[in-house]
Amino acid sequence: MIVGSPKEIFKGEARVAMTPESAKQIQKLGYTCIIETDAGLSSNFSDKDYRDVGVKIVKNSVQLWNDADIILKVRGPEKSEVSKIQTNQHIISFIWPGQNKSLLDSLSKKKVTVQAMDMIPRISRAQKMDALSSMANIAGYRAIIEAGNQFGRFFTGQITAAGKVPPAKILVIGAGVAGLAAIGTAQSMGAIVRAFDVRPEVAEQIESMGAEFLMLDFASDGSGEGGYAKPASKEFIEKEMELFRKQAPEIDIVVTTALIPGMPAPKLWPKEMVDLMKPGSVIVDLAAEQGGNCELTVPNKMIETKNKVKIIGYTDLPSRMATQSSTLYSTNIRHMIDDLTPEKNGVPFTNMDDDVIRGATVVHKGEITYPPPKPKVAAIAKHVEKAIQKTPEEIEKEKIKAEKASGRTQIILLIIGAILTWFIGLYAPSEFMQHFIVFILSCFVGYQVIWNVSHSLHTPLMAVTNAISSIIIIGALLQMKTDNDIVSILALVSVFIATINIVGGFMVTKRMLAMFQRS
Amino acid sequence: MTTGLLTASYITASVLFILALGGLSNQEKAKRAVWYGIVGMGIAVIATIFGSKVFITEWLTWLIGAIVIGSIIGAIVANKVQMTGMPQLVAALHSFVGLAAVFIGINSALLPHSEMSSSQLMIHNIEVFIGVFIGAITFTGSIVAFGKLSELITGKALILPGRHALNIIMLCGCFVLGYMFLSHSGNWTLILMTVIAFIIGAHLVLAIGGADMPVVVSMLNSYSGWAAAATGFMLGNDLLIVTGALVGSSGAILSYIMCKAMNRNFLSVILGGWGDSTGPTMDIEGEMKAIDIESVANALNEADKIIIVPGYGMAVAQAQSAVSELTSRLRAKKKEVRFGIHPVAGRLPGHMNVLLAEAKVPYDIVLEMDEINSDFPETDVVMILGANDIVNPAAQEDPNSPIAGMPVLEVWKAKQVFISKRGQGRGYSGIENPLFFKDNSRMVYGDAKKSIDLILQNIS
Repeated sequence: MIVGSPKEIFKGEARVAMTPESAKQIQKLGYTCIIETDAGLSSNFSDKDYRDVGVKIVKNSVQLWNDADIILKVRGPEKSEVSKIQTNQHIISFIWPGQNKSLLDSLSKKKVTVQAMDMIPRISRAQKMDALSSMANIAGYRAIIEAGNQFGRFFTGQITAAGKVPPAKILVIGAGVAGLAAIGTAQSMGAIVRAFDVRPEVAEQIESMGAEFLMLDFASDGSGEGGYAKPASKEFIEKEMELFRKQAPEIDIVVTTALIPGMPAPKLWPKEMVDLMKPGSVIVDLAAEQGGNCELTVPNKMIETKNKVKIIGYTDLPSRMATQSSTLYSTNIRHMIDDLTPEKNGVPFTNMDDDVIRGATVVHKGEITYPPPKPKVAAIAKHVEKAIQKTPEEIEKEKIKAEKASGRTQIILLIIGAILTWFIGLYAPSEFMQHFIVFILSCFVGYQVIWNVSHSLHTPLMAVTNAISSIIIIGALLQMKTDNDIVSILALVSVFIATINIVGGFMVTKRMLAMFQRS
Repeated sequence: MTTGLLTASYITASVLFILALGGLSNQEKAKRAVWYGIVGMGIAVIATIFGSKVFITEWLTWLIGAIVIGSIIGAIVANKVQMTGMPQLVAALHSFVGLAAVFIGINSALLPHSEMSSSQLMIHNIEVFIGVFIGAITFTGSIVAFGKLSELITGKALILPGRHALNIIMLCGCFVLGYMFLSHSGNWTLILMTVIAFIIGAHLVLAIGGADMPVVVSMLNSYSGWAAAATGFMLGNDLLIVTGALVGSSGAILSYIMCKAMNRNFLSVILGGWGDSTGPTMDIEGEMKAIDIESVANALNEADKIIIVPGYGMAVAQAQSAVSELTSRLRAKKKEVRFGIHPVAGRLPGHMNVLLAEAKVPYDIVLEMDEINSDFPETDVVMILGANDIVNPAAQEDPNSPIAGMPVLEVWKAKQVFISKRGQGRGYSGIENPLFFKDNSRMVYGDAKKSIDLILQNIS
C-alpha cells in the first residue's frame, strides 16, 4: 500500500509528517512512500533528499490524496483537505477529537480510519509513539529559548570586572514532559530553577533535573488517570495561590505548562501575580492554545503589560524548530505504523484489542470510536503502603529472637560436634587425633577464607584449588622409595598426572587473572 | 634435611596456600596470590624430595621424566585451552586428583605395615578405604562431567529406573566390602570397592542435568579436596590434610553458593533430575515477536542505559570478543553499558566473568545479580545473549514452575529487552520462558556472534 504525506497547509506550520529517514523505515515494512513536492522544505528536507531514499515526489496535493492509501499529517485535516479524502483511506495525524467534534463527524462520513497521535495512551509500551511527549519536549526547550530572547539579563550569575550579575530565577509550573524539558534547559544555562506541580510523585523527577521542588503543605494527590493531572479542590488552589504570591516578586521568568486533559487550561497565574512581578520579567505560557495558564495571555502573540512584563503566548513552539520536531514526530508515526503492521507486509491492521491502537483510533471504518475506554494502568506506580507496618521495637524484638534461635542451633551443633569428637577420641590413637585437630582447624580456616572470595573470581578459585589439591603428589613421591614394582609404577603414574595438574592449574589461573582489567 | 626442617617447609607451604586462596578476594591481589600458591607448591615438593630422600630410587630417571613430561603437557594444555573450554578443563583436572588418590590409596594397602599396632592399622585401613572411595568417585564423576561439558555425552540427565535403589545397593556393597577389608579378607575387597565406586561416581553425574553443571563441578572440586585430605590421613602428612581441607571446604562453599543461586536443595541436585512440581504450570499468553538487526542497532543507538546479560549461549557462540567490541563502541558514545551476571550463568562458577575478562571487558562494569537487579527499571535496553533460565520470570510469578523461587535477573522490568537466541527451543532446563512472550521483549534469532557482528555494522 502507498503511504503519503501532503504539505501542511495550516498557516505557519513548518513541520512535515514524513522525513527521508522515517520513509526509509516505513518502506521496510512493505509500503511505498510518496510525498507532495516541497512538503519538507520548511523542515530543511529537500525533494532530492526524499528521492534519494526512494520516495516518489507528487506534483500537487490533489494527486497525493488520490494516490495514497495512508495519509500521514501533522495537523488534523483542514476543511479543504477533508473534501479530498478518499473512501476507506487511513489517516494518521494530530486530531484533538475532544475539541474537534465537527472534524470527527466529517471524517466518519468519509468512512475512513483515523489514528490520532494525540490519543496514544501514556503507557510505557507506547512511549515510542508518544508524539505529545516529543512535541512537549521541544516546546519546553523552546520556551526557555524564547524567554531568554526577551529577558534582558544573563541566566547564569557572574562576577565580572564590570560588576556582579545575579542569576536569573525561573519558575516552572507543571512538571510534565514540557516542564521537565524547560527545567533541564534553564538549569543547563545556569539559572536558578524552581518548579511546582500538583502531583507529589513528580518531586523526584523535578529534583533529578536539578530544580528545587516547591512543596505545598496540603494533603491531596493531584494525579489523575493516565499520568495526567486532575482538577484541584478550592482549598488546594488557595494554598497554591499563596505560594505563587510569595514567589512572584522574586521570579524573573515563569514558564507555565499546566494542562488537564479535555479541559481549558487552569488559570494559575492571574493578573494579580503579573502585577507582583518585576519589570523586565517574562512569562511563557505553553498552555496558550488551551486558553492559557496566565489570565493575560493572548494566544499566538507576545504582549507587554503596563508594568513591563512580557507574556509570550506562542502556540507554534515545536513548529519553530521544524527540523527537530519533524524528525521526532515522524519517528513517532513510524513506530505507530510499525505496530499497525505486525506482519510487515505493507498492509495496516487496526487491531482494536491492542490497548495502544484502540486508544489512538478515533474513527474506525467510518465509525466514531472516541472516547476510548480509559487505560487503567497508572503511568507511575503509586507508593504501595506496606501491609503491616512493624514498629522499630517489634523489628528489634524479631532480630533478637532470630539471633537467639541461630545461637541455639550453633550451640547444639557445637555440642554434637564435641560429643562426636570425644567419641572418636575414645577409640582412635593419639596420633590420629593430632591430625584430626589439624584437619578441623583447616576446614575452619578454609571456610573463613573462601567466603571472602569475589564472585567474579570463582573460576580462577576452582583452577587454583585444583592446582593445590595436587599436593597429593607428595604422597606419591613418598611411595616411590620401595621395592614393590607395582607400587612404584602406580606412584609414578600419580606423580605424572599430578604434575600435569599442578602446572596446568597454576598456569591457567595466571592466564585468567591476567585478563581481568579495570576500565 | 632433618624432620624439623621438613615440617617447617610444610608449615610455610600451608601458610602460602591459605594466602593464595585469601588473595582471591579481589582482582588486583589475586595476581600476587597465584605466586604464593606456586611458591608453596615448589617448597613442598622440593622439601619432600630432599627431606625424604626420594631420589634414592632405581626409578629416578623415570621420576624425572614423569615430572618433566607432565609439566610440558600441563603447560601446553593451559596455554592452548580456550576460555570457553574452561569448565571441561577444570573437570578433567579434577579427575587426575581423584585417580592419583586411588593409586596412592591402593599403594598404601600394598605396602607392608609391620610397625603398626592393631588399632593403628585399623584406623589406617579405614583411612585407605575412605580415601580410595572418594578418589574413585571423583575420578569417574569428573570424567563424566568432562564428557557432558565438552558435549561428548548428552547433557540430558540419565534417569535410570530405580536409580536411588541402585545407588543405595552399591553403597551398601561398599560398606560390606569395607567391613571385609578391615577384617583382613584381602586386598581384592579394596579393588572391588574401587570398581563399584567408579560406577557410583559415573552414575551420580550422569543423572544430573546440564543446567546443574556448575554445582557438579564445584562439588567435584570439593571431593578432590577431601580425597587429598584422606590421603593425608593415611600417610600421616599434615600438609596434605591442611590443603585437602582447604580445597574441600572451598568446593563445598562454592556448591552451596551455586545451589542458593538456583534455589535448589544441595541433595536434590546431587540426586539428579528436577524436583517435582505440585501443579500445572501457568499457561503463557502472547507470542514471540522477532525483530531485525537494524532495529536492535537503532534501539541501542537511542538508549542511554544498557545492560547485557550473557549466558551459556554466548560461550557456545564464542561471541565474547564481539560483545566486547560492541561494549566499547557504545561506551565511546557515552552510554552506560554494564553486564549483569547470574551466579549460575554458564557451566562453571564465574564462567562469564572469565570469558568477558578474556575479551577485555573491564571488570568494574561487570556486576553481580544482587548489585544490578534494582537497576533494571531505569534501563533502556537489556540484551540477553544465550541466557534463558536465569532471566525466567516464572521463577517469581509461577509457584508451580520447576524453578519457582530461584533468584533471577529481573530483566523484564527494563523498557526493552532483546533476546539473542538460536531458535525457538527451550532452555537447558526444558521449561518455557514467559519472558519471550512479554510485550517489551523482542527475539533476535540466530547465532549470538553473527547477530552482534551485524549489529556492529550498524553502530559506528
